[in-house]
Amino acid sequence: MSSINQSGWKPEMGSASDSAPATYTGNKALMLEEALIFEIGTAGTTGVDLAEAPKVASRLGNLERHRDIGLPGLSEPETVRHYTRLSRQNYAIDLGFFPLGSCTMKHNPRLNEKVARMAGFADVHPLQPVETVQGALGVIHELAHWLITLTGMKAVAMSPKAGAHGELCGILAIRAALTARGDARSVILCPESAHGTNPATAAFAGYAVENIPATSEGRVDLAALKARLGPDVAGVMITNPNTCGLFERDMRDISDAVHAAGGYVYCDGANFNAIVGRVRPGDLGIDAMHINLHKTFSTPHGGGGPGSGPVVLSAALAPYAPLPFVDKDGDQYQLVEEETAGEHHGSSFGRMVAFHGQMGMFTRALAYIMSHGADGLRQVAEDAVLNANYILRGLEDVLEAPFAHSGPCMHEALFSDNGLADGYSTLDIAKGLIDEGYHPMTVYFPLVVHGAMLIEPTETESKATLHQFIGALRSVAQRAKAGDPSLKSAPKYAPRRRLDETQAARKPVLVWREPEHAVAAE
Amino acid sequence: MRYLPLTPSDRQAMLGVIGAKSIDDLFVDVPAQARLDGPIQGLPNHASEMAVERHFSELARKNMTASHNPFFLGAGAYKHHVPASVDHIIQRGEFLTAYTPYQPEIAQGTLQMLFEFQTQVARLFGCDVANASMYDGSTACWEAIGMAGRITKRTKALLSSGLHPHYVSVAKTMAQYTGDRLDTALPELSAQTDSARLLDVIDDDTSCVVVQYPDILGRIEDMSAIAAKAHAHGALLIAVVTEPVALGAIKAPGEMGADIVVGEGQSLGVGLQFGGPYVGLFACKEKFVRQMPGRLCGETVDADGKRGFVLTLSTREQHIRREKATSNICTNSGLCALAFSIHLTLLGEKGLRELASLNHALAVQAADRLSQIPGVELVNDSFFNEFTLHLPKEARPVVRALADRKILGGVSLGRLYPGADSLSNGLLVAVTETATSADVETFAAALQEILT
Repeated sequence: MSSINQSGWKPEMGSASDSAPATYTGNKALMLEEALIFEIGTAGTTGVDLAEAPKVASRLGNLERHRDIGLPGLSEPETVRHYTRLSRQNYAIDLGFFPLGSCTMKHNPRLNEKVARMAGFADVHPLQPVETVQGALGVIHELAHWLITLTGMKAVAMSPKAGAHGELCGILAIRAALTARGDARSVILCPESAHGTNPATAAFAGYAVENIPATSEGRVDLAALKARLGPDVAGVMITNPNTCGLFERDMRDISDAVHAAGGYVYCDGANFNAIVGRVRPGDLGIDAMHINLHKTFSTPHGGGGPGSGPVVLSAALAPYAPLPFVDKDGDQYQLVEEETAGEHHGSSFGRMVAFHGQMGMFTRALAYIMSHGADGLRQVAEDAVLNANYILRGLEDVLEAPFAHSGPCMHEALFSDNGLADGYSTLDIAKGLIDEGYHPMTVYFPLVVHGAMLIEPTETESKATLHQFIGALRSVAQRAKAGDPSLKSAPKYAPRRRLDETQAARKPVLVWREPEHAVAAE
Repeated sequence: MRYLPLTPSDRQAMLGVIGAKSIDDLFVDVPAQARLDGPIQGLPNHASEMAVERHFSELARKNMTASHNPFFLGAGAYKHHVPASVDHIIQRGEFLTAYTPYQPEIAQGTLQMLFEFQTQVARLFGCDVANASMYDGSTACWEAIGMAGRITKRTKALLSSGLHPHYVSVAKTMAQYTGDRLDTALPELSAQTDSARLLDVIDDDTSCVVVQYPDILGRIEDMSAIAAKAHAHGALLIAVVTEPVALGAIKAPGEMGADIVVGEGQSLGVGLQFGGPYVGLFACKEKFVRQMPGRLCGETVDADGKRGFVLTLSTREQHIRREKATSNICTNSGLCALAFSIHLTLLGEKGLRELASLNHALAVQAADRLSQIPGVELVNDSFFNEFTLHLPKEARPVVRALADRKILGGVSLGRLYPGADSLSNGLLVAVTETATSADVETFAAALQEILT
């Protein structure tokens, strides 16, 4: 999830400087500066040896490329070093605690990487005859079975490529179901605390979006929701557990009210990791929910994807699921594409992607799910919730926890920046944590809390790690409450100090240009 | 349960600190009727690493792999050799297990890589700017159509009949709900592209013309005339590139006047992976940048004046603009973008041009060899590394018969255009640097035998 700065933070430029003498290279021992490939590579260098092309008469339609492309090349050793040096400027789960709320940064087992790279999955083409890809279809079918069973739903659409794409799938299924009964509705309701993708998705699918307020305890205001329901409301998008880290106690009542008013219930399943194995969303009256395989089921985030967002569907929405998908006929798997749609799946709302979804993520997620099994997944949810409550209890006396009295938190704990010294905010705490060796929590989200800090430890952190983090955050919070000026210049020890985001947006430089041509766009 | 560090005594101690008697106390907000008392029935319990690996090995064995058999499939996903160092680098934990770079001070590795990626894509496509990637080519294509609608304030998109049919399907799915009108047609099995029809129907209501280059049948045509006519009517040209290696040999779409260029980046670094994850490429003219979807990385300086990179122009995006965002996209395809960028850095200008020449030359030789088979005709006058054969019988069963002989012999147009009788004898054949002359001979001999 996003760490948003709603207030338009403006950094202080060029204040504190290092008292140590500068090195010739600009490097500091293991902290190595690295130039851009455009500054170190040349057009004539290549790190790949290719066979010589046989001489043939070109059939390129007289469109041979004459102009230079402008692509620098590096030899193989230079390439490996370039990217290895870049990698060392990144924080990562493998390095340390990464409590980014709602993003679920848990350990990524390497077994999953190994199975995804087996030639039988990595080296098959999506349009091979289905007889030649029975094992790959088997993976999709097995994973689908787990997802349906764990959620207590009727069907699952596997092709959506990420969480937001899954949201789109669910909303399109709702729209298709309404269209099928000749009931044009125009509004989707989202709570104020929703992820930004929820209203963006509803708008992307052609709906008007209206907010539902939250109660003072951080949950959906059921009375306000009921008051707004009517013949124009196609559905609601509820995140459960919600982005304040709380379980929506009234979920069943919300579903019943929406259904009674003729609408459908979409659940943002970004936080399914808190309840997997303990609660089945199907028992809460949900019609559609995406599952971020890159959150709950630990496929790696990769610095911003690829994700994968299968969508489980209720019996009411299952007929409208997108194509293609996998069916089992005896012991043979079939891939249902357009051509058979008329026979079996005539109500499908259509295709969402070129091929069949994120196969490389399916193998990883299934390996993770099988490793844990039904018993282990339940333990995953329990440990994630236990760890989050431990953090909440360890910090609530130094940081305001606005919903600490609304019941136990689920997988994440929410704090605000109320009570810091004048001029100090969540941003300063986040940057202070960087110097302490942590990736900061999600900041300025959800929007319903002032200066929100959303901490999600996940189940793959030990008690000792949590203990040290609580100590570090207490120390940083005390500095922010005391108005310690050194906190304003944090981070001091990261590869870069605070970056000027205002300049980046005002004069965007989005590609590298030769220095003499380097003029910022207006 | 090897991924869980807490011990039973840790859990007891932590519950004590929290003030809970048991773990169930932490789930009290779940309504009683929805609480499960124990593990979900009918699913197996946890398994060892060895047991899981064994299960996957068994499933993997049931698939016919591209590298171990003569292989000629394309149609939007191409088999290229990926240097070993690409996969090594993307498995470094600092790349693999990082998040979207929201805290730029500790994400400069990912951010600098994205800045390099954006520059590489922009240059390859002949555009001013590119974004930090989309899910894949098909979703990038729809996003480009939507972007053209925002820029032109028009809703009619003309889709070339040479656009990948699955890309057309994705656009149709979305257009049902957004009010966009799509003008589409089936391709013809001929050497002529769809240009004449497109030039004829561009009018003052047209938002954009969408042209695949090379097109779904492998044909290559200059898009300049379409660009000129589109611009004269206030419309945009969107070019779609499903095989970026081609751009090492043929002109960039931007050179021919394309306003937005999107593509599938799978060919470089990513591999086949049964269709995903892939990486959508998205580039455009600088003046349209504020209407672009997706993440953008930009250069700036830090508090010490050092060059650094950040995600920027995020006021276009869902986490700030919510329902007014240019797209709902959040997670994109960062690690695949990294693989693409590394592969392109290893190739460089020289390597990409050599790779493209090699692909084209091998494809020309294969086309000549296969069209010698009695009854088989080459449809294309022009092509890069993929061409269409007209067979004397329906191609779909021929592909299955080839698979029975352990040959993965292309994609039948019957698979891509179910129900279109005029296309059912068409067979798409892709030939990359990975196909040996022995593979081509094996394929040709088997095809001849099946056809006679």
